[in-house]
Amino acid sequence: MTRPSVPKPAGVAQPQVVTLRIDGRDVSARSDETILSVARQNRIDIPTLCYLDGLSGWGACRLCLVDIKGTPKLLPACVTLVREGMEVTTDSPRLQKYRRMVLELLFSERNHVCSVCVSNGKCELQAMAQRLGMTHVSLPYRYPRLEFDSSNDLFRMDHNRCILCTRCVRVCDEIEGAHTWDCRGRGIETRIISDLNEPWGESSTCTRCGKCVNVCPTGALSQKGTAVAEMTKRVTFLPYLTLMRNSDEP
Amino acid sequence: MNRNAKDKPAATKARVATIWLDGCSGCHMSFLDMDERLLALAEQIELVYSPLVDQKEFPPQVDVAIVEGAVATDEDIEKMRLVRSRTKVLIALGDCAVTGNVPSMRNSIPVEDVFDRAYRDNAQLQPQRPATNLPVLLERVRPVHEVVKVDVHIPGCPPPADAIFYIISELLAGRTPDVAAVTRFGK
Amino acid sequence: MTPEELQKVAIIEQESQEQYDHRIHVCMAAGCLSNRADLVKQQLEKQIAANGLERRCTVKGVGCMGLCAAGPLVSIQPKGIMYQEVKPTDAPDIIQTLDKAPIERLRCDTAMPFFKEQKKVVLENCGLIDPERVEEYIAVGGYQGLLKALTEMQPAEVIEEVTRSGLRGRGGAGFPTGLKWSTVAKAQHPDGRKFVICNADEGDPGAFMDRSVLESDPHRILEGMAIAAYAVGATQGYLYVRAEYPLAVKRLKQAIRQAERLALLGNNIFGTPFSFNVDIRLGAGAFVCGEETALIASIEGKRGQPRPRPPFPAESGLWGCPTLINNVETFANIPPILRNGGEWFAQIGTEKSKGTKVFALAGRVKNTGLIEVPMGIPLRRIIFDIGGGIPDGRKFKAVQTGGPSGGCLPERFLDMPVDYESLMQAGSIMGSGGMIVMDDTSCMVDVARYFMEFCMSESCGKCVPCRVGTAQMHDLLVKIIEKRATDSDVRLLNELCDMVQSTSLCGLGQTAPNPVLSTLRYFPEEYEALVQAGREREAAGSNGSAMHVAPQLKPNSTQPQAHVDSEVTP
Ligand SMILES: Cc1cc2nc3c(=O)[nH]c(=O)nc-3n(C[C@H](O)[C@H](O)[C@H](O)COP(=O)(O)O)c2cc1C
Ligand code: SF4
Ligand code: FES
Repeated sequence: MTRPSVPKPAGVAQPQVVTLRIDGRDVSARSDETILSVARQNRIDIPTLCYLDGLSGWGACRLCLVDIKGTPKLLPACVTLVREGMEVTTDSPRLQKYRRMVLELLFSERNHVCSVCVSNGKCELQAMAQRLGMTHVSLPYRYPRLEFDSSNDLFRMDHNRCILCTRCVRVCDEIEGAHTWDCRGRGIETRIISDLNEPWGESSTCTRCGKCVNVCPTGALSQKGTAVAEMTKRVTFLPYLTLMRNSDEP
Repeated sequence: MNRNAKDKPAATKARVATIWLDGCSGCHMSFLDMDERLLALAEQIELVYSPLVDQKEFPPQVDVAIVEGAVATDEDIEKMRLVRSRTKVLIALGDCAVTGNVPSMRNSIPVEDVFDRAYRDNAQLQPQRPATNLPVLLERVRPVHEVVKVDVHIPGCPPPADAIFYIISELLAGRTPDVAAVTRFGK
Repeated sequence: MTPEELQKVAIIEQESQEQYDHRIHVCMAAGCLSNRADLVKQQLEKQIAANGLERRCTVKGVGCMGLCAAGPLVSIQPKGIMYQEVKPTDAPDIIQTLDKAPIERLRCDTAMPFFKEQKKVVLENCGLIDPERVEEYIAVGGYQGLLKALTEMQPAEVIEEVTRSGLRGRGGAGFPTGLKWSTVAKAQHPDGRKFVICNADEGDPGAFMDRSVLESDPHRILEGMAIAAYAVGATQGYLYVRAEYPLAVKRLKQAIRQAERLALLGNNIFGTPFSFNVDIRLGAGAFVCGEETALIASIEGKRGQPRPRPPFPAESGLWGCPTLINNVETFANIPPILRNGGEWFAQIGTEKSKGTKVFALAGRVKNTGLIEVPMGIPLRRIIFDIGGGIPDGRKFKAVQTGGPSGGCLPERFLDMPVDYESLMQAGSIMGSGGMIVMDDTSCMVDVARYFMEFCMSESCGKCVPCRVGTAQMHDLLVKIIEKRATDSDVRLLNELCDMVQSTSLCGLGQTAPNPVLSTLRYFPEEYEALVQAGREREAAGSNGSAMHVAPQLKPNSTQPQAHVDSEVTP
């Protein structure tokens, strides 16, 4: 089991086995599992971006929103725990429309020029656009002027490609324990920063472990020395690390 | 009309045009990369306007117009409005037409600075700005669909020849192609 | 402090008040202060001294009297005379006429609808007591509700009383308070800790209901929180106040100190086993920190960003413990409910919306200020009777309620009763109590743009729909206002409204489209006119299309530049 992705309701005793229905299929689960994890165990693939196996849930990209019968609001599968008798719909024309719009919003927000990106062909955002059948962005592009931090001798940060999923923030905090990354600003002005908004290369907390680079779904964080389409990310270390950690627990 | 497709008269062939705006011509190259399949295509279409043929005026009653490149000048806008008014199905081909792509990378920089960089800062001799008889650069480069309605978007930089062939064939056959299955941004 | 001692404090205070023939109250809340009420108070004190009236008259600073538009306000008790727009130079006249007929030129008519139509529960002490003295609060029955709860009732009975009152949260959503309390009371945590939080982050533009209560009657909030803590089983409370309210913070700090000194907070209150402490936490001016999960994150020392619910704070809140979080006005209703009983409260208001609501009445009405009205009162009575109607002979156009999460309602809703359900049905919300009246000079699209700009800059940036969606909607509204928009832009705006509403993580994003949706619904002709203007301009030729075109580079305007260029070339 991975780190609890949601603050646990206080005083919940031993998890219980529950049964629920996802897309018309009856499935069983433990009461401390998320809808996403149960769906995936049953080969129902809900699209995700900010979620990453091994990190805490964040619930921010809204791609994994699902419809739960009797609940007026759509809920993020990545952080919503299953409940006995739940009826979940993971795909519908409405959900598809919203998911495509989430992607359109992300593409319009910053400068995602796939053809010249280090992660071209290896990018989760790009792949998701293809998977969800998004062939163009109907919203006006915003074209912000953004920075590029190459002060670190091993890695670089290109804010043009950042989608603010905060995977880097979480892996650095939860796995590496350095908490070099965080966010500054609000709304559309939000930016990922290292330490107290200093150049990455001057960070006193960064251990140069490269975990953030590998969990970044786009070309925002990359290794130096890679050119267009050369940046391959490896996230396999994460489930391994979390597994080893949790096996220490009584 | 019980004729063989081979000798279809020009009148029943689809009238196809290709347009080249702000782009590198790579999409046209990819189009040509269809190689021998071009011959098969040629039986179904008549190329009425293109940078590849010697035709100055965009003709009326075009069935399919394929645009490569982003909208970057006032002339591009005018041209696209004309194209749209004379075309049934408008296809944006390639990332420049679909997203603005590389040409749009200047969008976060003021046009004046772009000019200075291109014609003054790096010039060794007689730095000066071309001014007369040239189309005016827009403040921002735009994807085609922000100027006129686009019917089919084919992302890719450039979209693979196979994808272009598949999509055009499907359209000519009156079907809706599954574009995302064969190409994507940056492909 | 024993019950008897509480009684004694009350009696001593009452007697000391009664020894004066005239008690002059000067409003020292932010509105009147900004009109130099402090100088008025100073002059009145000087005049009393100069006339040797110290034994017969007293002057005290009190909280908001409501009619802020006519400040500084001065009232003279027990005669009940009120003066408006008082200047420091009026002080001699006021003192000279204390025993004579009141000064007509300054007289504020307390029989006018602005005062008569109101019903004060939350604001019952505002303008009557000195907020800096706990004795005055006790003299008007303060801490009696807490005393009753602790000495005569079980926690479950307190919750039942609150449930019976029908009180609903005043922070915006109107969640039944009794139900929330019983959820927290039932929730458990391994180490037994629970918290009570008072949400005093009040960030709606133009809203100052909570601030007035905090500044005018701070002990009422402490008492309400203590009663809540007793009911749900908490021992620690936090008052989350925005740092932009320095006066409220000062008075709260003072109030906490005074209450601690009298053992009304701390260990074994009224000799019972119940202990409760309150600390203040300052918000740094982020609207989103009023959202309960962001507020909790902020108290925990983290970036103020909401997290998905469930779990709700009642189950897992501050440091993972069950947490009760209520709005200032919600807590302010608790002491009178305990004193007078839930049934008394339930008599006020409508079937589903009980009690009163405080509104900050602003915009194009004659009497702007703070008002408290029974739930169910028609909008018309608020705007035209209490508010005195639209000034300058203009026509009413719309009223905006609920701040950036609310909507704009046109004339045909004027006779609608003000309650949670009716407002929601009409496409607005009760919200925390902002009410802005607009006359026929306002552009509704611009109103929508104003609120969207607010949401855009206050979005926390965590979730995609709100972070980017509000910026996109804002840009579209600007485009419409600048007459550059087309029909497809309006369609896009509609789609974005639906998407941002349905997919945002927290209430900020979920409600951000409301001002746009309500103006689209009730004032579509204003959008249409702007789009039509754009169409006409387009038809008139030119490139004034949806695109920004670079300024024409005229050949001769660039020529000299080329000339300069060649000069600098070696
Ligand atoms: C963006 C946002 C801002 C909010 N701001 C406030 C606020 O300033 N004051 C407040 O009491 N509640 C605010 N709320 C509501 C709180 O989340 C919460 O519902 C409320 O404090 C609960 O108290 P109640 O039950 O007494 O209404 C806000 C909610 C959202 C989504
Ligand atoms: S809706 Fe807005 S304020 Fe709320 S979490 Fe999302 S970005 Fe933050
Ligand atoms: S994956 Fe669930 S919100 Fe991003």
